[in-house]
Amino acid sequence: MDPFQIQKAPVQYDVAIIGSGAGGGMAAYTLAKAGAKVVLLEAGGYFDPADPKYITQLKWPWESPRRGASTTRAFGDFDAAWGGWEIEGEPYSAKPGTEFHWFRSRMLGGRTNHWGRISMRFGPDDFRRKSLTGVGDDWPITYEDFKPFYDRVDKMIGVFGSIENFPNEPNGYFLPPPKPRLHELMLRKGAQSIGIPVIPSRLSILTKPINNERGSCFYCSQCGRACQAYADFSSSSVLCIPAVKTGNVTLINGAMAREVLTDPQTGLATGVSYVDTRTLEEVTVRAKSVILSASTCESARLLLNSKSSRFPQGLANSSGVVGKYLNDSTGASRSGFVPALMDRKRYNEDGVGGMHVFTPWWLDNKKLDFPRGYHIEYGGGMGMPGYGFGGGIENMNGRFPGRDGKMKPGGGYGASLKDDYRRFYGAYVGMAGRGEPVPLESNYCEIDPNSVDKYGIPTLRFHYKWSDYEIKQAKHMQDTFEQIITSMGGTPLGNKPGPENNYGLEAPGKIIHEVGTVRMGNDPNKSALNKWQQAHDVKNLFVVDAAPFVSQGDKNVTWTILAASMRTSEYLIDQVKQKNI
Amino acid sequence: MKRRDSLKAISLTGFGLAVNPVEAAVPAPPDVKPLKVPGGRQKFEAERDAKLNAEKFFTAHELQTVTILCDIIIPADEKSGSASQAGVPAFIEFMMKDQPRNQTPMRGGIRWLDNTCVKRYGKKFALCTKAQQIDMVEQIAYPSQAKPDMTQGASFFSFMRNMTASGFFTSQMGIKDIGYVGNTPNQWDGVPEDVLKQYGLAYEEREIKKDWPEDYKK
Repeated sequence: MDPFQIQKAPVQYDVAIIGSGAGGGMAAYTLAKAGAKVVLLEAGGYFDPADPKYITQLKWPWESPRRGASTTRAFGDFDAAWGGWEIEGEPYSAKPGTEFHWFRSRMLGGRTNHWGRISMRFGPDDFRRKSLTGVGDDWPITYEDFKPFYDRVDKMIGVFGSIENFPNEPNGYFLPPPKPRLHELMLRKGAQSIGIPVIPSRLSILTKPINNERGSCFYCSQCGRACQAYADFSSSSVLCIPAVKTGNVTLINGAMAREVLTDPQTGLATGVSYVDTRTLEEVTVRAKSVILSASTCESARLLLNSKSSRFPQGLANSSGVVGKYLNDSTGASRSGFVPALMDRKRYNEDGVGGMHVFTPWWLDNKKLDFPRGYHIEYGGGMGMPGYGFGGGIENMNGRFPGRDGKMKPGGGYGASLKDDYRRFYGAYVGMAGRGEPVPLESNYCEIDPNSVDKYGIPTLRFHYKWSDYEIKQAKHMQDTFEQIITSMGGTPLGNKPGPENNYGLEAPGKIIHEVGTVRMGNDPNKSALNKWQQAHDVKNLFVVDAAPFVSQGDKNVTWTILAASMRTSEYLIDQVKQKNI
Repeated sequence: MKRRDSLKAISLTGFGLAVNPVEAAVPAPPDVKPLKVPGGRQKFEAERDAKLNAEKFFTAHELQTVTILCDIIIPADEKSGSASQAGVPAFIEFMMKDQPRNQTPMRGGIRWLDNTCVKRYGKKFALCTKAQQIDMVEQIAYPSQAKPDMTQGASFFSFMRNMTASGFFTSQMGIKDIGYVGNTPNQWDGVPEDVLKQYGLAYEEREIKKDWPEDYKK
């Protein structure tokens, strides 16, 4: 068959949605429930967390020949994300002296299948950082615009948490949070003694059933493997599969979107051209409206690749802003050893996937030398051993006395070493800061003039450098981590990261929270989308992933993607009813 | 007749073509049995695993050396068996192929060990007496105390120690030994009472209230 033959499907859908992650899943669900005929394009394969074909949950490490090592999956053999920072045949590049690491999941539900389920609302201040600090930009909307949608997402999808009445950590409709584990109680006691709050985490995991379609948590701690009971939020299980069940959604897997098509006369979007990843054929779907939810960088890439004589800079890009203001969360971490936890009593403390408690941002940046905050995530406990278990014991067992109270040199072998592994098990804690960066115009992605992927689609080139703001924030994280570890009677491990490595600040893209490349705003000269995430230049084109976000707060953005996508989808329905689109 | 054979036949009998068909230059794909992809694996991963499992990295001598070292590092005791009884050598063999960056430190490390043993005892490590093997291991088992001519050996032994622990404690035997009792559906209701008492800790009032927070049903 001629690979360049163009197939034209005869159907015209009401809406074509590109990408099935949190934003695309919510749009497909909302629109299908309202009766719209939707085509949902997903570059990767089908995935259902409840189908044994895909299940890794509750498998044991010995069921993997590499014991779960991360050789072919960035987070190990049992992680639910297909893809990673490197995908065969889908390259990207960075300008000299800069770097960005781009994580992609090619599968139904995208990266929501393995994410941390940390589901925090933005607070009122997160929408007006420029007004408050003079740095960055304000959003064209406020917390009050989003609040009703956050409320509905809480009830529809489910999140546990606690009412704290913190001004910039809004309350929600919370399911009961799980009780802290032992190390989390110790962390809380220690941190609170030095004035650092530790509160129940806010995760989209069902500690109580909320409907008949989804089960509730059975506490295996493996949300990263995607839940066969649908007890955590994945876009695949909670949104896409139910959307398809309405009968109104045509899901096409293996559809690598290449370009949004437009009518040269009207300038309106008419559909999407994609490459069938199995046959490498070009296929066109036609739709009355197009919604991009391909992920922050992929949506920007699509717009920039959708050039025509009418849109020579790419689609929705008369402002030239598409690709700019790319920003990922900051991240830095430290681990510690807690001698009081040696020789612990054994019991099942798997709990939910991830932490039961966390620290929201608790300080006033006006009194600090950096303008944005961070939250702290905690780890530790008697987890399931995996590849790397016991690694580096030669640096540990010489530092703490043995059962006989005597010191010995680190390392060793034989019965006493074997016993050390048992004594040290479950006595480690880890903590990681996740902070808000200041979005900069100089951090961007653009089309690489010299490269295409295996589908022939021009690829992205990144230009990203942290500023002093983020480096100073990481320094503050490191000081705080040491204080917390010490406050709970622990010993910080490794050398304290310093200026030589930006205080352990992770490279851009490593936290996988990137936002901002198709920003919204009131001024069409400075933004690509209006406050409804609708393109200023093309009224039947919308973006519902995190690309529209002006900033990302010190919060994980998924809950905001869901709320914003629901809001935009309902706006689209309303506009169609009013015959504006 | 297979496609490959028919192409060969064409070129042999000759149809007057000066040049063989372009296709003939491309070997036909080998006959492979369709691979069954295990649950939770992507096809490319299953294919890769099958390929690695069909390859062999260690020589018999290397595998013997690795097995002796593993069991010196994690021997059987009253609680559980030894590293080799838990299948650690086969795991290490797989990791050599799965992450080839391991190959030189491992193969070279075994050579270093053999060279050093020949110098000290006149025999390769595996052929040394148990007492000689332990005498050798004592020189390299404590990195901070290794003599200058033993530091490479200490690095190798740490590598072996880490691979052995990784393999042992992720085996069925090792998980039982370490006392991990999770990975099974259950209800988490907090730290056991006696453990709380042992550490002098308590839950907050609101945490032990039933159905907290009350307003989740609203």
